[in-house]
Amino acid sequence: MASIDDIVQDYGIVLRAFLLTIELFLVAGLASLVLGVLLAAARVGPIPVLAKAGTVYVAIFRNTPLLVVFIFVFIAMPRLGVNYPFFAKGCIALTVYTAAFVCEAFRSGINSVSLGQAEASRAVGLTFGQSMQHVVLPQALRAVVPPLASVMIALVKNTSIAAAFGLAEATSRMRFFTNNNADDRMLIFLTFAIGYVIIVELVSLGSHGLERRWRVAR
Amino acid sequence: MSSILFDVPGPRARARQRLYSVIASIGLAGLLALIGWRMYDTGQLAYDKWEPFVTPDYIVVLLLDGLLKTLQMAVLSIIFATVFGVIFGVGKLSEQGWLRWPCWAVVEFFRAVPLLLLIIFIFYSYGIGDGFGSYWSVVIGLTLYNGAVLAEVFRAGILAVPPGQAEAAYAIGMRKSQVMSIVLLPQAVKIMLPSIISQCVVALKDTSLGYAILAPGLTFVGKSIYTEFANQVPTAIVVAALYIVANLTLTGIATWVQRRYVGERKPLEVPMVGDAAAGGSQTGI
Repeated sequence: MASIDDIVQDYGIVLRAFLLTIELFLVAGLASLVLGVLLAAARVGPIPVLAKAGTVYVAIFRNTPLLVVFIFVFIAMPRLGVNYPFFAKGCIALTVYTAAFVCEAFRSGINSVSLGQAEASRAVGLTFGQSMQHVVLPQALRAVVPPLASVMIALVKNTSIAAAFGLAEATSRMRFFTNNNADDRMLIFLTFAIGYVIIVELVSLGSHGLERRWRVAR
Repeated sequence: MSSILFDVPGPRARARQRLYSVIASIGLAGLLALIGWRMYDTGQLAYDKWEPFVTPDYIVVLLLDGLLKTLQMAVLSIIFATVFGVIFGVGKLSEQGWLRWPCWAVVEFFRAVPLLLLIIFIFYSYGIGDGFGSYWSVVIGLTLYNGAVLAEVFRAGILAVPPGQAEAAYAIGMRKSQVMSIVLLPQAVKIMLPSIISQCVVALKDTSLGYAILAPGLTFVGKSIYTEFANQVPTAIVVAALYIVANLTLTGIATWVQRRYVGERKPLEVPMVGDAAAGGSQTGI
């Protein structure tokens, strides 16, 4: 019989579990940013083959449940002789899934910059690089922050799926505590839930900070 | 083809793009060939691995116990979530603080907590043993999460109705409840329909989380098939394909509804979690 006292006593376990959640979030978040930007570049770029490939990638991964992606990486891929440690597999699954949403966030950001802006910058004689650097990208980046923050918040919550595949992150630890416990389940759940709420709020605060810092009169 | 990023290409740029196209095609073909070869090399293309998916009995199980149960769970939870969403969405708009704040707290909480954490908690606390079982644990979890998201959608939708509508309704002497139910909600529904349908896609995808508590559905049927036939790769491909087809169909309906009922106006902006004022957009993740 475990109870809320065990959580208080073994708070190290809870903290380690959330540390793993945060590690998954940071690694997968950075990797999906890189992959997502590459995909977005492929989709808006002038090479039709790459644009098509990017579109297909996004269509596939946006419509496959993350859990099925996890099944692919954890259960199907080892059968193809492709196997990695658990943490790496968790990061791969989260990354390939989230990258599709990151790609869409960036694409919509670039599309939100009106055509006249680029035309005007060319009209005043800026080169392609200059117009990208001074006109298009700064505006696109600002438009990307809110949708990207939503994607990252979803990623924080999605790390919980790793619990179903043997990674001892926060959700799997909550299952461990509630499994043994009959009395304080609600308290244990709330403890873990509040942990997630705090991480989500931090991401949200960070995005607001960025928005405020980059705010310009438009 | 002119875009924000580059001009219409001239002859030299076209030649360069052709070169890149060829290189990219070769690269992508190589990647696909590598995957195909790996599958062949490890025997995943053998007939017996794919046999269950051409055997009528298994197809029936896959479609009835798998896809149908999954759709059922998604539909049930969306119906309940709509009720939940209307109640809490309207509650968040209430002028009474004692009603507004609890509604706000409930909506924020369920939007910020991972759905799997919620489902596992519901299952081990109330579903297991003599409880209501894994099926309803998933449905209740989905209802709470999607209901909270829909509450935010409803609130944004009601706020998106031009203020003159409510003012006019008050001016001809309607009460607050009448303004809401006769004037605002019917107009808001039209604005919200695409968001609601894209939330259905999210609900459909999230039914797969039942896998963690052995709830029925596509992932569960998939698991029993690959434990029987040891055909993990083909099963994963088939399950993913079924989900993709179902979701693309729903997305197609959403696009059609958007065009038919809403027109070319901007999609509804729903603030992200932990964010009361500033705009964000819904990503359907």
